[in-house]
Amino acid sequence: MNLEAVKSIYFFEMARTRRTLLQSVVSPVISTSLYFIVFGAAVGSRIQEIDGVSYGAFITPGLIMLTLLTQCIGNGSFGIYFPKFTGTIYELLSSPVSMTEIVLGYVGAAATKGMMIGIIILGTASLFVDLSIAHPFVMLLFFVLTAVTFSLFGFIIGIWAKDFEQLNLIPMLVIPPLVFLGGSFYSVNMLPPFWQAVSHFNPVLYLISGFRWSFFEIADVNPVVSFAIIIVFLAVLMGLLTWIFRTGYRLRN
Amino acid sequence: MAPIVSVSNLVKTYASGFQALKDVSLDIEEGEILALLGPNGAGKTTLISIICGIVNPTSGTVLVGGHDVVKDFRATRAMIGLVPQELTTDQFETVWNTVSFSRGLHGKKPNPAHIEKVLKDLSLYDKKDNMLRELSGGMKRRVLIAKALSHEPRVLFLDEPTAGVDVNLRKDMWQVVEKLRETGVTIILTTHYIEEAEEIADRVGVINGGKILLIEDKKDLMKKLGRKELRVDLQDPISSLPEALSSYDLTIEDGGHSLIYDYNTAGERTGITTLLTALAEAGIRLKDISTRQSSLEDIFVELVGARP
Repeated sequence: MNLEAVKSIYFFEMARTRRTLLQSVVSPVISTSLYFIVFGAAVGSRIQEIDGVSYGAFITPGLIMLTLLTQCIGNGSFGIYFPKFTGTIYELLSSPVSMTEIVLGYVGAAATKGMMIGIIILGTASLFVDLSIAHPFVMLLFFVLTAVTFSLFGFIIGIWAKDFEQLNLIPMLVIPPLVFLGGSFYSVNMLPPFWQAVSHFNPVLYLISGFRWSFFEIADVNPVVSFAIIIVFLAVLMGLLTWIFRTGYRLRN
Repeated sequence: MAPIVSVSNLVKTYASGFQALKDVSLDIEEGEILALLGPNGAGKTTLISIICGIVNPTSGTVLVGGHDVVKDFRATRAMIGLVPQELTTDQFETVWNTVSFSRGLHGKKPNPAHIEKVLKDLSLYDKKDNMLRELSGGMKRRVLIAKALSHEPRVLFLDEPTAGVDVNLRKDMWQVVEKLRETGVTIILTTHYIEEAEEIADRVGVINGGKILLIEDKKDLMKKLGRKELRVDLQDPISSLPEALSSYDLTIEDGGHSLIYDYNTAGERTGITTLLTALAEAGIRLKDISTRQSSLEDIFVELVGARP
C-alpha cells in the first residue's frame, strides 16, 4: 500500500476545498436557511406536525441528505474529472499507485468535504428548530455510509464523463428530483396509494427514511431495509469500479 | 550490464484500429542519453506512454530495472520520472505544492530539502509560492521537470522538452539535462530537432510509422546525417556549367540563376573554398550565398528510401 500517495491525494484535494471555502460553506448555509424560511415558515404554518414531529424538524434530515448527496457526487466527480480535463491525469497514471489508492484518496476527500458541509447544515438547522437525535450512532452510520457511497458514485461519474455536460447531468438533473420526491419535505404516507408505490422505487427514499428514523424514530420504510439498500448500492458501485480498474475504462486507452 | 529499459516486440493497436507501434524492440543502457527522433505521429509518445504505464500495450513486454511495467508497476513507476509533451498543470496550485504532491504520489516521504534543491537547480525557487497560471510557458515546462525529479527517478523521460521553447531556454534545458546526466540519471528524450539530438544525446533512434528505423551511436549517425546544401545565386544566368566546374557535383536551378552544391559537414573537407575560388576564376559573379541543413524530413526520405 502506497500510503504516502493516498495522503498526498487526500490533502491535495482538501487544499482545493480550503481555497474555495467561501462558496463551499457559505452557499449551503444560505440555501438551507432559505429552505427553512420557505418550507418551514410557509408550508410549516399549514402542516405544523408530521407523526408528532414539528415540520421544521421533520425536513431537517432530508435537507442534510440533499446537501450530502449533491456535495459528495459533485466533489467525487470533479476531483477525478478535473485532472482528466486538464491532462494532469498523466501523473496519476504514471505513478506507483494502484486504483484502490487513487479511490481512497479522492473518495476519502470528497466524503470528508461532504460530511463537513452536512455537519454545518445540521448546525444551521439547529438554529431554526429544536432537534433531538434518538440514535446518534445509527445516524452517524447512515451519514458516513451515504457520504462514502455517493462520493464513490461521483468518482465513477467523473471517470465516465467526457465533458462538463455529462459531468453535471446526474447531480443536476437526476439527484434533485429523486431527493425532492423521496420524502424530504413530506411523509410518503401522505400520498395516494399509487404514488406511495411509485415512491418505493426511488432509492433516495430509503436513505432519507432511514436517516430520519435515527433522529425521530419515524420512518416510511423499515430502517433495516434502508440500511440494506445503501449496502446494495455500495456493492454495485464497488463491482462497477472493479470492472473499470480491470479494463482501464476511459483512463488507460 | 543489463539494460535499464528493455522493450521487446512491443505492439500497440488503438481501439480505432490505428497501429501506433509495430513490433518495437529497444534496449536503453543505464546512464545514457537517448534521443528519439521522429515526425508527429511516429509513435514516440505512445512508446513512452507504455513504458510509463499510461497506455496499456497490445502485446510485447517492457522491463524497467528488470521489472515488468504491467505486472510490477509499483517498482517500475517508482524509478521513472515523466515530463509530458503538453504543458498540463493545475493552474491554481503553487509551484511548491504541485512538486511536493508529485513526490508523495511516488510513495516518497516529504523531503523539503530535496524539493528546494530541485527548484533551485531549475531556477524556480523564487517562484515557489506562485500559482502555476502566473508562470510563462518556459517556466511551466521547468515545473513539469521539477515534478518528474521530485521523487529522485533513475530514468527520466522528456517528451519533446523544447517544443515551442525559445533558443535561450532550449540551451538552458540542455544544461539541465547535462547536469542530470552527471548524477547518473538515464535520460530518454524525444525531439523534432536534429541539433538537439546532436547537442546532448549519446545515441539516437529514429522512429517513424510505429517502427524504429535505426538506432545508432550519435557520432556515427551525424556523419551520415551531416549533409548540407549550398545555394549560390548568380548575377547573370548561365545555361551550362563552364568546363572548369565540371568536376564539382553541381546542379543548375531557377533557369540558370542558381547553383546547388551538396556537401558533408562531417567530412574532412567540404570543398566550399575551392568551389568558390573556381567560380570566381570562371568569371561567374555571385549575388547571394545560403546554406541549408538537411531537414529531418530529408533524412527520413533518405532513411526510408535506403531500406527496402
